[in-house]
Amino acid sequence: MGILRPKVTLLNEEYKKKIFEEATHILESLGVLIENKNAETLLKEVGVPNQNQRYFIPSDLVKKCLTYPPHEITMYDREGNPNLFLKEDKIHFDPGSAAIFILDEKTGEIREPLHQDFIRFTQIVDQLANIEAQSTSLVYSDVPKDAQDWHRLYTTLKYSRKPIVTGTFRKESFSIMNELLLTCRTSEKDLAEKPLAIFDACPSPPLSWSDLTTQSVIDAAERMIPSEFISMPMSGANAPITLIGSITQHCAESLAGVVISQLVKKGAPIIWGGSPAVMDMKHGTTPMGAIETMMIDIGDAEMGKFLNLPTHAYMSLSDSKIPDAQAGLEAGMGALLAGLTGINMISGPGMLDFESCQSIEKLLIDNEIAGMVKRFVEGIHDYGSPFAEDILKDYDQTNELLSHPSTLQLFRKELFFPSPILARMTRDQWKSTGSLSSRKRARLEINNLLAKPPQVELDASRSKELDKLSSEYLSSGKK
Amino acid sequence: MDTEEIYREMANSIVSLDQEKAVHLANQALDESMDLLQVIEKGFGEGIRKVGDLWDEGEFFLPELMSGAQIMEKAVDIITPGLQSSGSERQSSGKVLLATIEGDIHSIGKTIVATMLKANGFQVVDLGTDVKAEKIVDEAIKGDIDIIGVSTLLTTTMVNQKKVIDLLNQKNIRNKFKVIFGGAPVTQGWVDECGADGYAENAVESVKLVKELIQ
Repeated sequence: MGILRPKVTLLNEEYKKKIFEEATHILESLGVLIENKNAETLLKEVGVPNQNQRYFIPSDLVKKCLTYPPHEITMYDREGNPNLFLKEDKIHFDPGSAAIFILDEKTGEIREPLHQDFIRFTQIVDQLANIEAQSTSLVYSDVPKDAQDWHRLYTTLKYSRKPIVTGTFRKESFSIMNELLLTCRTSEKDLAEKPLAIFDACPSPPLSWSDLTTQSVIDAAERMIPSEFISMPMSGANAPITLIGSITQHCAESLAGVVISQLVKKGAPIIWGGSPAVMDMKHGTTPMGAIETMMIDIGDAEMGKFLNLPTHAYMSLSDSKIPDAQAGLEAGMGALLAGLTGINMISGPGMLDFESCQSIEKLLIDNEIAGMVKRFVEGIHDYGSPFAEDILKDYDQTNELLSHPSTLQLFRKELFFPSPILARMTRDQWKSTGSLSSRKRARLEINNLLAKPPQVELDASRSKELDKLSSEYLSSGKK
Repeated sequence: MDTEEIYREMANSIVSLDQEKAVHLANQALDESMDLLQVIEKGFGEGIRKVGDLWDEGEFFLPELMSGAQIMEKAVDIITPGLQSSGSERQSSGKVLLATIEGDIHSIGKTIVATMLKANGFQVVDLGTDVKAEKIVDEAIKGDIDIIGVSTLLTTTMVNQKKVIDLLNQKNIRNKFKVIFGGAPVTQGWVDECGADGYAENAVESVKLVKELIQ
């Protein structure tokens, strides 16, 4: 790491305490709506006052539950190797998840994704150096609706070794997804010790946990599988218009998740995530590329760090409909701000149009952004002084420093090397190669990446086991 | 102040989002036994149309649109008993039933649409969120509804929107209702696939859609 870890902060300790205290007070006074019978039983067992499924969680219970979860989570790849370290200010990127559309790079049309699109997407993410996790990023329409959640996990496991951010659409699916994950581990214990997938759980603003999302937290906690809380207050619509009010609401909703998970099992791994947005007051949309959305994201993550939990945010997304200048500026700003905040899991690359559309072209451009951000947060290194004087003395002998030992030794460490997607060639070279935009150059890269073999081949027996499970569940009523 | 001037004041109270003034003018209209249908049409109604224009022109934003519609509703609520006792009635533009479909508890979009429809003279029956298709159809029959609006935000619950159409078909009453869909994942393709009658991109468009369908 460099001399200083570059940081951005929007809240000081005084305000983090104030927000936390108010959030706990909200849980105690306004309560949270819990629509899940199992969670209701757990809350009643510890004597949480309630009325009409609204639970008024005492602040001392919240504070007690905060002492249990781990401060860091290591994610393992499909083959069981440690891969991601969700702790301190370490950052990792994964594609924005569950898009219901894909921007077809061949036709330029936005359409519903198919299974084949997701296979291609997964194979490409597998190759990207700066996007270290997969997500079940497309909801494809050519499998039965009831299989749309678990089938994506099956596909990801088949085509990539990287850890996965995923989630359920139906309560019944968790056990199927757990079975799929177990094909890559020796036992439940092994899966708990070497987590391969994170399950997103999204409370509904304001202050409500649905049956489905609560059950996902419960199912994950029972198995010590990490849950990622995705509270998503919409400022001015179902959350206060003030950024600080939205951060406080996010904190309260997420703290309710902490309590539920820790009542299921003390020490269950959880990630303090979120997908907040301000509301666009003209279009009624939820711009993920709005600067205020990013400010709420940062505040939310700072609260997660304040509570000593691994953090997540949906950043590096754009609301543009195509990978254009808007897409670049919004994804670039979001990714850099997320990096500067030290958000452990940054979900967003590839995503356009308010988390609804994935684009492989954008994904590849975002991979460049992610690489730059990772370089930036490393900061400026000190290799010992004098920093320049001795090197400059040598310049007089050679009139260049390209062949200087320090250059040779350090240029790969000091510099980030972009792919040909970023135009760093001369203008003449650019002209001679067709005067292409970065989007077009990204499109050209797609086939190159698809032509490469997977980073790690899936073991044949494991592949068979996955196929068997998928066939069984597709054909059985348990889909 | 002549009548025309009072109408202008009423319209202005909506445009300037001055609830106190709108309530005062509505009560004044009752006290002075004004022609209450004209009060709604030429007074407050003119105001809400102007609010819509300001929205279209990019001058007004959602909070202003919602506030204008809610003030309009308050003024109409004050006037309605007077209208009824005089034997006349504000002509309803039509009856719309709204619900967020089973499995989905998102309400914000539906709430905005309901408010805008009411402000534009529609009677709205809002069944809330997480409503089963069966209940939507039952209530539509019971309430003599013209248009059924089914909302969803989640792709996972979108499939349940189709259940409403399927149920109407099963009961052989599909042609008795227009059915419109709302929500972020809804596309024309989905509307066509389900055999629904339309969808709108936002609340203002939904009012236009409902007006078109009801003609």
